[in-house]
Amino acid sequence: MNWWETIRTGYDAVRAHRLRSALTMLGILIGIAAVMLTVGLGLGAQATIGAQINSLGSNLLVVTPGSATTNGVRGGQGSAATLTLADATALADPQVAPDVAGVAPTVQRPGPLAVAGTNWTTSVVGTTEDWSQVRARTVSNGRFLTAEDVSGKAAVVVLGSTTASELFGEENAVGRTVTVSGVPMTVVGILDPGGSSPLGDQDDQAVVPISVAAERIFGGAARTTVQTIFVQAQSTEALSAAHQEVSQLLLAMHRITDPTAPDFTITTQQSILDIANSITGALTAVLSGIAGISLLVGGIGVMNIMLVSVTERIREIGLRKALGATPTVIRRQFLVEAAVLGLAGGIAGVVVGIAGSAALSNALGQPIVVSPSATLLALAVSIGIGLLFGVYPASRAARLAPIDALRSE
Amino acid sequence: MSSPAAPATGEPLIELDGTSKTYRSGEIEVAALRPTTLRIDSGEFVAIMGPSGSGKSTLMNVLGCLDVATAGTYRLAGADVGALSEVELAEIRNRRIGFVFQQFNLLASMPAWRNVELPLCYAGVARAERRERALAALDRVGLADRSDHRPGELSGGQQQRVAVARALVTEPALLLADEPTGNLDSTATADVLGLLTELHATGRTVVLITHEDDVAAAAGRVVRLHDGTVVSDEPNRPGAHRARKVLS
Ligand SMILES: Nc1ncnc2c1ncn2[C@@H]1O[C@H](COP(=O)(O)OP(=O)(O)O)[C@@H](O)[C@H]1O
Ligand SMILES: [Mg+2]
Repeated sequence: MNWWETIRTGYDAVRAHRLRSALTMLGILIGIAAVMLTVGLGLGAQATIGAQINSLGSNLLVVTPGSATTNGVRGGQGSAATLTLADATALADPQVAPDVAGVAPTVQRPGPLAVAGTNWTTSVVGTTEDWSQVRARTVSNGRFLTAEDVSGKAAVVVLGSTTASELFGEENAVGRTVTVSGVPMTVVGILDPGGSSPLGDQDDQAVVPISVAAERIFGGAARTTVQTIFVQAQSTEALSAAHQEVSQLLLAMHRITDPTAPDFTITTQQSILDIANSITGALTAVLSGIAGISLLVGGIGVMNIMLVSVTERIREIGLRKALGATPTVIRRQFLVEAAVLGLAGGIAGVVVGIAGSAALSNALGQPIVVSPSATLLALAVSIGIGLLFGVYPASRAARLAPIDALRSE
Repeated sequence: MSSPAAPATGEPLIELDGTSKTYRSGEIEVAALRPTTLRIDSGEFVAIMGPSGSGKSTLMNVLGCLDVATAGTYRLAGADVGALSEVELAEIRNRRIGFVFQQFNLLASMPAWRNVELPLCYAGVARAERRERALAALDRVGLADRSDHRPGELSGGQQQRVAVARALVTEPALLLADEPTGNLDSTATADVLGLLTELHATGRTVVLITHEDDVAAAAGRVVRLHDGTVVSDEPNRPGAHRARKVLS
C-alpha cells in the first residue's frame, strides 16, 4: 500500500465517523486558532509599539540624567539633575558634534491651563525650536516656536490637538490667550496629532519656550537643569557616531574620567524598541503557552479518539492482518489517520484563526498580524500533534495478534 | 454435491508434526488442539469436522498462520512456519492463503470491489491492475453487477461470495474456509460450495471446516476432530481420492 492509498484510507476512516471526527478536530481547531490569535495579537502589538517608537522621531537619541548603573549599583535614572542647558548648547555645536543634526533640551511638568473658566491640566513642555524637527512633529495650524521666541522669552505656547480642543472646543485657538500656571501666553500653533507613545500622550501637551518655562512657569532648579535632551543624528548611519560624540562631550563637560561611570544615560530608539519587544514577546509567549495548552488538550482528544477507533475496529485490524497487512502497514494506517484528523482540524483552525483575527482586530481596533509562515507552522504543528498523539494508538493496533483481533467481538 | 477429479499431486503442502495449541486463561489451561500430526497434499479438498469446541477453528488458525502453535512443528510448503517473522507470516497469509470466514468479515464502509482488492493492496499490486483483478474475481463468483455495492446492500450469500472472491483474488495455493456456510441458507450454501469445488478443480488446496455432513460431502477427505484430537481421517468416497490416514 503506497502513501497515497494509506492517506485515502485514513481519510475514508475519518469520514466514516463524521461527528466523532468533527468533535475531535474541534479540539485541534480551537488550539490552533487560539495560538494564531495570541501570536497575531502579540505581533500586532509589537508592530504598533514599533510604529509609536519610530514616531518619536527619526534617528533619535534620548539623553537623560543619571546612570543606569553606577559602580554596579542601579542608580535612579533621571533622578539626578545633571543635565544642563549648557550641555544642550554644546551638543548643538556642529564643530564638536558634526553628526548631530538637532538638539532639543526639554523640561516637562504637569501644569494647569486655563481659558475663561475652562481648566485643563496637561503636560507643560519647555523646549527649543529644534523640538519639532527632532521629534518629527508638525504644526497643523499656526506655527511652531522660533529661535526668537526662545531667546526673547516670548510668552507663546503651541498646544497639542487634544489640549486645544479641551480648552477651546471647535473654535480656532490660534491667537487666543491661555494662562499656563498663571502666566498668560498666546497660542501660536496647534500640533498635528501624533498619537500615544511610550513617552505619553503626544496630543495632550503645551509646548513653550524653555526659557519661559524655566524662569516664569517652573522656576527653581528648572532654571538651569533640563530633564531630557533629545538629539537627532544626521542619518541612520551617523547614529552611532552621534552617540559617541554626545557621550564624549558630556563626559568632558561633566569632568568624568571614567567612561564606564557616566552621570547620564543615552537611550536609542532601538534600545527602547528592544525593551518593548522583549516585553510584548514575553507576554505573547505566556499567552501562546496558555493557548498551546488547549492545543495539547486537542492532541489528547486525538489520542483518545484513535484509541477508541483502534478498539472499535479491532476486527478490521485482524482482518487486514489476515489478508497480509504487516504491523508496519497497520501502524502507518492509524498514524496517517491521526495525522489526517490533526491536519483537518488545523486547516479549520487556520480558517477560524484568520477570520477571528479580522473580526477581533476590528473589535479591538488593534492590528492582529497573521503571517504566512505562522500559518504554515500551525498546519505543520497540527499534523505533528496528530502524529505524536497517534503513535501510541497506532502501535497498539500494530501489535495486536491477528487471531486475537479477528476473534474479538 | 459432486466433486470433480481432484488433481492431488502428492506434494505435501501442510505438514503438522506433534502440533498443539494450549490457551491459558488465568490459572486454567485449555488444550484446544492436542498434539496433532497431519499431512495435507497439494490439490486436496479436505473437510474438517467435529462438534463445537473440538478445536476446528484453532486448527485452521494455526494452518492459516493466524496463530502460532504452542508446541510441535508446522511446515507449509516445506517452510517451518514457527521460524518465520511476523512480516514473513504476513506475506505468507497474503500470497499463499485465502481465508473465508463464517462471519464474512467484509469491511462495511467499502464497496464489494474494494473489499476484494484489499489483499492486492498489501501485495503491492498497482491500482489499475488491482481493480481489474478484483472485478474479474467478482465476475468469477457471479457478482460482476454488484461490484459497487456495499456489504450492507448484499444478501448473506452474496456477501460470502464477495469473501470468496477476496480469498481467490491473489490466486493462493491454499484456501481455508471456517464454517463458510454456517450463516447461509441452503441455496447460498450450494453456491459457496460450488465455488469451492470449482476452485479445487483448478488445482487449489481447499480446507473446509464444517459440522454439516452434506457440506463435508463436497470434500474428498474428511478429518474428524474431538476434544482437540483427530479421531478419524478417511477418504470421503473410498477410491475416488487419494487420501491417507496419518494418525498413528
Ligand atoms: N482464545 C481462547 N482462549 C481460551 N480458550 C479458547 C480460545 N479459543 C478457543 N478456546 C477453546 O479452545 C477450544 C477449541 O475452540 P475452537 O477451535 O474455536 O473450536 P471449534 O471451532 O471446533 O468450535 C474450545 O474449548 C474453546 O473454548
Ligand atoms: Mg469454530
